[in-house]
This record gives sequence, structure tokens and C-alpha cells, in this order.
Amino acid sequence: MKGKKEQQKDTLIKVLKYIKPYGVLMALTIVMALISVALTLYLPILTGQAVDMLAFPDKLFLEGGIWNILRKMAVVILLTAVAQWIMSLCTNQIVYNVIQDIRKKAFGKLQILPLKYMDAHSHGDIVSRVVADVDQFADGLLIGFTQLFTGVITIIGTLGFMLSVNVGITLVVVVITPVSLLVASFIARKTFRMFQLQSETRGEQTALVNEMIGNQKVVHAFNREDETLEKFDEINGRLEKCSLRAIFFSSLTNPCTRFVNSLVYTGVGLTGAFGVLGGGLSVGQLTCFLSYANQYTKPFNEISGVITELQNALACAARIFELIEEQPQAPDGERILTLSEVQGKVDLEHVAFSYVPDKKLIEDLNLHVKPGQRIAIVGPTGCGKTTMINLLMRFYDVDEGSIQVENTDIRHITRKSLRTAYGMVLQDTWLKRGTIRDNITVGKPDATQEEIVAAAKKSYAHSFIRRLPQGYDTVIGEDGGSLSQGQKQLLCITRVMLSLPPMLILDEATSSIDTRTEIRIQKAFAAMMEGRTSFIVAHRLSTIQNADVILVMKDGHIIEQGNHQELLAQKGFYAELYNSQFVLA
Amino acid sequence: MKRLLVYLKDYKKESILGPLFKLLEASFELIVPLVVASMIDVGIGGNDRSYIVKMCLIMAALGVTGLVSSVTAQYFAAKAAVGFATKLRHGLFAHIQSLSFSGMDEQGTSTLITRMTSDINQLQSGVNMVLRLFLRSPFIVFGAMIMAFTVDVKAAITFVVVIPLLSVVVFGIILISIPMFEKVQRGLDQVLGLTRENLTGVRVIRAFGKEENEVEKFDRQTDALKKMQVLAAKVSALMNPVTYIIINFGLIVLIQRGAVRVQMGVLTQGQVIALVNYMSQILIELVKLANLIVTVTKAAACGSRVADVLALPAGMQDTGRKVTEGEGKGRVVFENVSMRYHEGGEEALTGISFQAKEGETVGIIGGTGSGKTSLVHLIPRFYDAEAGRVQVDGVDVKDYDLTALRDKIGIVMQKAVLFQGTIGENLRWGNQDATDEELWQALKTAQAEEFVLQKEGGLEAPVEQEGRNLSGGQKQRLSIARALVKKPEILILDDSASALDYATDAKLRKALRELPGKTTVFIVSQRASSLMHADKIIVLDDGCIAQIGTHKELLEGCEIYQEIYYSQFERSEKEKREQA
Repeated sequence: MKGKKEQQKDTLIKVLKYIKPYGVLMALTIVMALISVALTLYLPILTGQAVDMLAFPDKLFLEGGIWNILRKMAVVILLTAVAQWIMSLCTNQIVYNVIQDIRKKAFGKLQILPLKYMDAHSHGDIVSRVVADVDQFADGLLIGFTQLFTGVITIIGTLGFMLSVNVGITLVVVVITPVSLLVASFIARKTFRMFQLQSETRGEQTALVNEMIGNQKVVHAFNREDETLEKFDEINGRLEKCSLRAIFFSSLTNPCTRFVNSLVYTGVGLTGAFGVLGGGLSVGQLTCFLSYANQYTKPFNEISGVITELQNALACAARIFELIEEQPQAPDGERILTLSEVQGKVDLEHVAFSYVPDKKLIEDLNLHVKPGQRIAIVGPTGCGKTTMINLLMRFYDVDEGSIQVENTDIRHITRKSLRTAYGMVLQDTWLKRGTIRDNITVGKPDATQEEIVAAAKKSYAHSFIRRLPQGYDTVIGEDGGSLSQGQKQLLCITRVMLSLPPMLILDEATSSIDTRTEIRIQKAFAAMMEGRTSFIVAHRLSTIQNADVILVMKDGHIIEQGNHQELLAQKGFYAELYNSQFVLA
Repeated sequence: MKRLLVYLKDYKKESILGPLFKLLEASFELIVPLVVASMIDVGIGGNDRSYIVKMCLIMAALGVTGLVSSVTAQYFAAKAAVGFATKLRHGLFAHIQSLSFSGMDEQGTSTLITRMTSDINQLQSGVNMVLRLFLRSPFIVFGAMIMAFTVDVKAAITFVVVIPLLSVVVFGIILISIPMFEKVQRGLDQVLGLTRENLTGVRVIRAFGKEENEVEKFDRQTDALKKMQVLAAKVSALMNPVTYIIINFGLIVLIQRGAVRVQMGVLTQGQVIALVNYMSQILIELVKLANLIVTVTKAAACGSRVADVLALPAGMQDTGRKVTEGEGKGRVVFENVSMRYHEGGEEALTGISFQAKEGETVGIIGGTGSGKTSLVHLIPRFYDAEAGRVQVDGVDVKDYDLTALRDKIGIVMQKAVLFQGTIGENLRWGNQDATDEELWQALKTAQAEEFVLQKEGGLEAPVEQEGRNLSGGQKQRLSIARALVKKPEILILDDSASALDYATDAKLRKALRELPGKTTVFIVSQRASSLMHADKIIVLDDGCIAQIGTHKELLEGCEIYQEIYYSQFERSEKEKREQA
């Protein structure tokens, strides 16, 4: 395990790699920052000179008088503004380009990560890495960096300018200002725990809201509104207390540093005024110092804020890099075949697989499927039925043994050609934002309207699609939006119906469709399955009975294998399962 | 906004005192330049050291009082803001709970949750900022201007030009950039949506080999997002340089005019310095004000989103009769009932009429979208019928006190949901005072006794949020048990055995039939086997009743029922006969 410091250093190096393409812009930013800081610091000196001129009212508007200085000031101001403007344009370019680069990279990565990663990580977490973390990282890091940079130069520059004007007063400023930094960091450290407690409590509350609002019907059905509100209020009350503490104590930073600031100001005023009387200083220089005293403490306050922000940004960056650097699925390799002319011969030989190393799921599985055969997979929930599909589609690779399609190990076939050889309807329906048409034509983007309608009719989706406001052009929201679960499934079936691949995988595809519609779909499927190898996961025995081979799975093992009659004759698990349906108590 | 301000009512004192103390602090700040001016003019000009020390002491004293009043102000502001947010959260949560289900369906729970959480957080910091700065910053800006006038009217005219000019520029840029940032936000939402879509649909995308298309689509969206971001940033990048130019050119003009006045002998050197100081104070405050406006507009947007929810009409229209008891226990009558979910939408149910007597078992069967769930949801009045009447124990459900009505009914939803806590706590949702024995009895009936016994802790076994640590079948059985603990007069099982295997399902039905007392049971199912022993079966088709009858009657005379039944039984019946 690397130390935290080292990790941060590693992350920083990686960050630099992303900024590298924008090196020129970065350099320009730094130059502009230098210019604008120097000019900003020069302005008080000019102001001071102008003020000094005021001591001699007679010469004010003579040749070489105050006009000269005012003209100089105008030039300095314009240049400063231009430098500031160019600087922010540059940082914007860098920030948004880096964000885009990283996002593209992360998203591209998502497409080649093994499914294992997606299954094992919460989707919300991945999304927040791609969206929120990238934003916070770029904002925090780059803007934080420029702020830190200008802050540091301002401090150094101010010191230099002050020293060149008067050493004594400079000392006063140098001694007092760090106090404000100390105060700020003291408060930040003290309030850190309070903020942590606040975000924990917030999390607790969000979880409760999620649970209760998300399941309002149950809450109402059991008349639990009052109890729920009570529970909510209990957390809400705690949140109020800790929020108040966190917010109040952290808001002390500003008044406290401002107080230190005013002390510096007073100190400069006192020593400066005596300096003027002593003859070592002009009134103009005093005003110049006073405005420095104002400016000087500001970067200190900013820096203390920036440092926490930078650390935050680095933490975000680390989370993104974790995603980007995740091991991708094994690439397709060189001696790779593209499947064509698929007849539907599938062989599984001595297949072993497990999601977690020490928990064997599938062991020594053998299965030989002839073209056009219908394979049904049955068994109680969680018995490993979906795992079979994961392996067939090569969403996961087998640990031992091999799966062959047309006598070729599927690891020697491009993923794309293997997967498009299957038509798949999964238990979890998935629809994307877009029109109904977009969703149907996923597998065959160039389908004509006639083909689409024909497919929809075959899967009995046409009648409900027709009744939607814009028919096939109706836009549906994320994950199907307002469609019912059954309608969503019909659409997914239409999708497969349209592309009509040589092999089919149906995972409880009709679980949310009523039996009558299912009968029709079954008929359509039967026509579609004619001559196509099909793997069907289903609860319904009527679907299974027609299968050529039935795999009975339990706890990850195939315990029985054969056709309906054979299995009934065995009087084993399948027979028990089958007969239980007809226990008419 | 008015709807929100109500929640600040209890913090009137804090919301007034906070800004007041802030103003006090600001006034002290405004005095400082004058003190410096007189220190220079009187102290330095008159070579008076004790005067200089006196002035510095005054400055330090101003600093201390400033600190004290500003800390006080921060406290009041924080207290008011946090208190406001707490009250608002309570109010919003209570309001959301009171919404009718159609209102909730329309909003979608996920937006309600963001409004409840992040929107209110934004509002809280908005209120906090407003209380601290909204008065302070304009006060300093105009205060500085007025102070400048007290120093010298002619020279101070500059302020009259500079301040409006600055305000126009600052507010102009903000006004232009706000809609741009809203666009950026929408672009970001799209990127977020696409990413999430890709994660949930990863299997489908890969199955169709669409990875490259998705990457292309993502690239297009991020490109568009970046363009908008850069454009918006370009506009707001103008803010700093332009304000800098205006303020500092104002400074030049000020010095020039001051110089003229000094030449005339009207102004002193120290007074010009005071004027210059006021100018830079204005600059600092304006920057703060600009930031404040951004925060406030954000908070206002969040505020209006929260207010939208609060504006939704609460709950269901009551007839005000609040009946608590009807005649009998568990009689349900539908009289020509129709309903639709959206105004102007298609009818979900049309002309439904039937009667269920006490203790009867009623089966409901029909196709997807035929209205089975809608029908049973009318009984506990989750939705209101548009036409016709739903009666429970001879009383229209609209005349019932809602709590009393729902107390009579135990419903098990299609989606089984449990809540964080223990198994026992979840079961007691049905009846707070149920004994352990009663819980076990319910578990036994629901076929859940066995697996609860196996859990470590039994009834005390923990349940995670939404019951994540339980399997689908376990959740279904526990939610059935929860409804049973209630000992309801009417029990509704809405397709609630779908995750159970046939054997368990059969045992469950048997146990339900043997329940003591007279419970009216509604069973919604797609399996004919689950319903065939019901006293009557309602066959629904496209929102209408196709036929009502017993299994036998329907098998003889109802085409739809025959179709369903034979699809599930034909072969097996034959086989059974063969086996026999």
C-alpha cells in the first residue's frame, strides 16, 4: 500500500499527462498570470505617486505632472484587463477540453470493460465518476491551480514591491498576515468533523427519503404516514443541529480573517504614519502600502481554501483514473475469425465457471446442441440460469473448458460477430431514450417501415404502438418511460424479430406478458425458432415442454438433462417441480 | 416564493437581526477611510503623534466591534437558514406524503427525491448568503458613494457615473450567462442520461454490437456540451476585466478631479485618499455581489422547483363525511366504475360492476394492461373512480376516513418492498401491537416461517434498505405476512406469488383458505391455477369485464378464460390422465 502522499503524486503525474496536449495554452496562462499580477501590483505604486503629487497643488497640471501618471495608469489598467481576459479564455479552453478528453476516454472504456465490472459496481457510482467527478476534478484542479499560482506570485510580488519601498513596514505586514492563515486553517480543521457529520446525516436522510417516497403506496396502504414523518423528523432534527454547527463555525473564517486584516491595516497605518513623520516615507507610499495590506491578505485566505479544493480534486481524479485504468476485457486478438454462415451448432465441453474464486458455480458442464434445437433451462431463482447466458454470449469468459460455435472456440471469434449471431430478449427490458422506431431498429438500422411494421405485427406490438400519440415516432423516455412492463417486453421482442439472427436467447422473455399475449408471441417465436438454435430460460412449463433438451439447474449445477418425457420418467427434481404445479390443495 | 417564505416565519427575529448586525459591521468598515484621511491630514500634516496613535486605536476598536457584530450576524443567519431548511424539508416531506398517487406518478419519485435533498440544500445556502450579504453589499456600495459625497460633492460625481455603469455591466453579463448555464446543465443531464443508459443496457448494446455507435453518440453529446460550456465561459470571462477597467478608470477620473479640487484648495491630500479607498471598497463588494447573484439565482431556481411540488394539490378530494365503520366486514361492491389515470387519457377501467360478499375469494385474471391492478387499487382508494361508485361495507370509499378505510384492507403489491429495520419491525407495520406469536402465525401462513427461523436472530434479523438483502421470493412472502399481521377484513394479493415456485404457491393458497374468520380475498394472477378455486373469477379484457363466474362456468362459457386455462393446462391434464 502506497502512502497517501505518494498516491497523490502519482495522480498528479497522470493529470499532467492529460494537460500536456495543452502545454502551449498552459504556458500562455502562466505568462498572462504573471503579467496581470505584476501590473495589478504596479497600479498602487502609480496611485501613490499621484497622491504624492497632490502635496504640491501648484505643479499638478504642469508638463510632466499628474497627467503623465494618469496616462500610465490607464495603459496599465487596460493591459491588466487584457491579460486577465486572455488568461481566463485559456483556462476555460484547457478545463473544458480536458474534461471532454477524460470523459470520452472513460466512456470508451465503459464499452470495453468486462461485464464483471459493471455487475460488481453500482451504476450510480460509475455515472458519478464519469460526470460529477470529472467536473469537480477539472474545475478544482485547474482553476484551483491558477488561483494558487496567482496567489503565490501575488504574495511574492507584493513582498518584493513592499521591500523595495520600505523594509520596516514590510516586516509589520509579514509578521501579522500569517496569523490570518493560521486562523483560517485552524477553523477548517475544527469544522472538518462537523461537515463530515453533516454529510453523513444527509446521506442517512436521503436514504430514508428514497426508501419511503419510492414506496409511497406501501406506506399509505399501511397508514404509516405519521410514523414515517416521525422518523424523518428525528433525522431532520439531528441534521439541523449539526448543520447549524458546521455552517456557523465555518462561517467564522471570514470575519476572523477580516479582523486580522484590519489589524494589519492598522499596523501599517501606525508604523507608516510615524515613518512619514520620520521622513523615510511619503504619504503616497503610505497609501500604496495600505492598499498592499488589503491585497496581501487576500491570496492567503484564498490559498487556504484552494488547498482543500485541490486535495478534493485530486481525490476525484484518482477515482476517475481508477475507472480508466481498469483492466479491459481481453482484446479480440490476431488469429480471430468472424462468424458467418451460422447453422447453430453449439458445444459446451467441460465448462467450469465461477464469479468468485472460492464459490464454484458451474463445474464440468457438457452440452451438445445440434442446429435448430431448442434448449430450455429451468430451475429455482438464483440457480445460475442467467450465468449460462452470460457465458454463451461471452459476457463472461469460462474458467475452464470451452464453448464452441460451429466447431470454433468462441474465444477465437470476434465478440461482435458472435453476439450478433444471437438474438436476445432479457428479463430486464432495456430501452433507450429515443423514438419507438429507434428502439426497434437497434439491430438493423436500415430497416424499412414495412419491415418494422411487419416485425411489430408478428410480436403483437403493432396494435399498442399504433395507439401511441405519434405511433412509431413516439419518443419514449429513459428506460421506456411511461410504457408498461409488458409493452416494454413486446418492444424488445420486436427488436429481435426484426433482426432475425440465426440463434436465439430468451431469458424469461415473457414474464410480464399475460398468458394470452404470450400464447400469440409463443406462436410467433415458434415460427421464428423454426430452424434456429434457441436457448430459453422460463418459469412456464408450457414453454418448456416443447424443448428438445431441458437443462434442470440447481445451485449452479446441471442436475438433470433430457427431454420432458425422459425427465418425468426419472422422477427426480424436474418431476417434483413439474407436479407441484398441479397440487390442487 | 410565498409558499417558501412561510417556512422562514419562525425565524423572523434571526432574519432581521442577522442583516442588521451585518449592516453594523459594514458601517464600521465605511468609517475606516475617513479615519485614515484625518490621520493623514491632521496627524501627519500637523505632526501630531498622539493623534496618529489615537486614530490607530480607533481603527483597532472598529475592527473589534466589526468582528463581534459580524460573528453575531453569521450566527443569526446560519440559524435562520438552517432552521428554514429544516422546516421546509419537514413541510415538503409531509406534503409529498399527502399527494395523491396520480400526482406522484406524474412527478416521478426521482425528481421528488432530488427536490427533497439537493434542491433544499442549495436553498439553504442561498438563504444564508442572502441574509449575510444581500443588504451588506448594496449598503457598502451606496454607503461608500454617500460617504464620498460627504467628503466632496464635485469629486464624488464620478461615483454616480461609475456605479450605475458597473451595475449594468455586472447584471448584464449575469443575465446573459444564466440561460447559457442552464443550457449547459441540460447538456450535462444528457451526458449523464446516456452514461446511465449505457450501464443499464450494457448487455443489449453488446449483444447487438453497438459499442461504436454509442461512443459516437457520446462524442457528439460531449462535443455539443463543450461548445456550450466554452461559449458560456467566454461571456462570463468578460466579467472580471470589464469591471476592473471601469473601476480603475473611475479611479483615474477621481484622482484627476481630486487634483483639480486640491489645486483649488477645496480638498486635502488625505481626503483624496479617502475617496480612492471608497472606490476600491466598491470594487470588492461588487465582486461579492456578483457571486451572490449567481448563488441566489441558482437557489431561486431550486426554490421554484420546490415550490412547484408544494403547489401540487394535496391528496384526494374528501366529501368531508369521514365515516369510520360500515355495515358488515369486508363487503365490496363496484357499481359501474370507470377510471383513467390522466385527464384526457384512455380509460383504464370501463363500466366495472360486481359484488364480493364477506369471506368470499375473488380471482381477477386478464391480459397485460387489462386493468387488474387498477381495479384492486380502487378498493383502498389509491386512486379515485371517475364515474360510478366503489363501496366497502355499504359505504362509498370517498365517504370514508382514509385511515379507517385502509385499516380494513391488507394489500400485497406486485413489487414486494420491505424497509430498513428488522423483520419484526417490518411485520409490525401491519399492527404495531402484534405479539411475537401473532407474527409467527402470519409467517407460517405466508410460508415464510422456515427461512425466518434459519436467519440469525429470527424476527430480529436485520433488513436492509428496500429489503436488498433478501431474495425476491423471500420479500414476497414477508410482504404477504405483513399484510396478514394486520388481520384485515379485505386481503388483496396483486400478483404477489410470481417469484414463488409452484409448490410454495400451492401451499400458500391452501394456508390462506384456512385462515380463521371471514376474510374477503382478492387474488390477481396470471396463473389460472392460482385462481381456479375462487368463489368467483372476474375476467378482464382491455379495462372491461368480459365475464364473471366460477372456474367451471367460465371454462364452459368464456372464450378468453378457456384460452388462458388450456394454454397452461391442456397438455398436463392429458398427461395426468395418462399417468393415472
